[in-house]
Amino acid sequence: VAAAGSANADPVEDELIVNGETEIVTKTAAPAHMENIDEVMSGWLFRENDTRDMQRDDFDNPGMLAVEAAMETWDEVEGTAGKACSDCHGTLDDDQMVGIRAVYPKWNENAGEVWTLEMAINSCRTEQMGAEAWGYTGTEMTNMSALMSYASRGVPVNVAIDGPAQPTWEQGKELYYTRTGQLELSCANCHEDNYGNMIRADHLSQGQINAFPAYRLKNAKLNSVHDRFKGCVRDTRAETYSPGSPEFVALELYVASRGNGLSVEGPSVRN
Amino acid sequence: MKRAISAAIAATILAAPAIAETVAPGDVAYDEAGAVAASLSGMPGNAEEGAKVFGSKSIGNCVSCHEVTALADVPFPGNVGPSLDGVADRWSEGEIRGIVANAKNTYDGTIMPSFYKVEGFIRPGDAYTGKGIALDKIEPLLTAQQIEDLVAFLVTLKE
Ligand code: HEC
Ligand code: HEC
Ligand code: HEC
Repeated sequence: VAAAGSANADPVEDELIVNGETEIVTKTAAPAHMENIDEVMSGWLFRENDTRDMQRDDFDNPGMLAVEAAMETWDEVEGTAGKACSDCHGTLDDDQMVGIRAVYPKWNENAGEVWTLEMAINSCRTEQMGAEAWGYTGTEMTNMSALMSYASRGVPVNVAIDGPAQPTWEQGKELYYTRTGQLELSCANCHEDNYGNMIRADHLSQGQINAFPAYRLKNAKLNSVHDRFKGCVRDTRAETYSPGSPEFVALELYVASRGNGLSVEGPSVRN
Repeated sequence: MKRAISAAIAATILAAPAIAETVAPGDVAYDEAGAVAASLSGMPGNAEEGAKVFGSKSIGNCVSCHEVTALADVPFPGNVGPSLDGVADRWSEGEIRGIVANAKNTYDGTIMPSFYKVEGFIRPGDAYTGKGIALDKIEPLLTAQQIEDLVAFLVTLKE
């Protein structure tokens, strides 16, 4: 239940159709597991006109440079096995990667734990290619994650929260509602109780991650999900968790599930 | 730089007698409604200083959540909390002191942070660095005198 707030800060009524062809669901009925919100909304609806416009056309979206860089990496042989991503997953035109972003984080049976997309990619690098793992929030990884989002753009987010993933999901939910730091604020305090309101100059969204990685005008780079989590936790004057930590993996699964039904939207543009 | 630091230390030493009267965060006497009758610093507040604490991002940053018409020149007030216009018609001085020091005694579970409290936090950090802090190093978000300055400012907000 969002606080009423002042009318001028509410999300806009607008539609996102990228390049005039890919329809993005930015607002839809909340998934059944949500207790306090009826309608889920992309952060895109909370941004200013210019920022929203940059995401309508790939020529104006600075995040697309990362996608282009990753398209080259896709075909580059690296590591002791002498392989490139394309050797196992086909050319990008084969569409083998379509829909993958939308179901991550996901239970990995062999590892016996929930994996983020970054963990799956690094497993291919170290186990399949004999190459070095990429830094969890480093440029190469974030670029590749942008390519995976691009390949799934428009596909509805649909992460599984039951079965073997359920305990991790519960852990993420617990973290979402825990009030951390000296300001004693939880994710829910800002993104569930107050979306649509202003916290100083910032227009609070629902804190959805369907649009990641996100190109932020503020730091002029593409930002990964765990970097964003880290920043938000830090802003409660708390000791953060590290990107790639079990806590952030669990939180990512939970937050992703709050966006089930929204389209994969990355790479997005935010302020 | 060095000179500024020793000046700051000197100022602290000179101010020592007043600090001795200060009520420590753990010793504040809240009544059952969350009000605090006596000054936390043992001194009166300064309304002008209080307005600065209220509007400055690096001090109280109250404007991140509250609008006040009297401070219309401070840009981008937030609206997570109510407008504080006329707050002195709604609450007594002691009640306002209690709300600013620890609003959770007045409003159960409120989003408003507790500005004069040093215990009971989950994963407290060293300011906004994202790093942890030793529990005995935690300072309250505002000093006793800054809270008195805020109280002096807020009691002027009548409609
Ligand atoms: C030598 C073969 C090989 C190479 C090279 C390789 N992968 Fe994989 N990849 C696999 C296999 C096998 C799987 C597991 C498939 C499964 O279990 O569904 C996988 C799974 C994945 C997944 C998860 C897919 C899913 O459906 O859950 C992603 C994402 C991925 N790879 C990306 C990459 C990227 C990016 C690269 C290059 C940096 C790469 N892979 C290189 C073999 C490879
Ligand atoms: C003190 C308030 C506050 C808290 C607490 C907070 N955030 Fe945020 N968050 C913000 C602000 C401000 C923004 C930028 C504007 C927006 O999109 O809401 C933001 C943005 C985000 C975004 C980017 C959304 C987008 O579409 O670009 C995500 C994701 C997010 N937060 C997740 C979280 C999570 C998860 C937590 C808890 C670990 C959390 N936030 C806690 C204030 C907060
Ligand atoms: C993160 C948001 C937030 C911040 C920061 C904040 N407040 Fe509040 N404040 C609130 C909310 C929300 C309420 C309403 C209480 C409730 O319903 O939970 C409130 C209530 C109040 C009230 C009583 C309001 C009335 O009119 O009845 C006063 C006085 C007050 N705040 C003063 C301050 C001062 C002074 C500061 C800074 C030192 C401050 N607040 C910082 C959120 C905040």
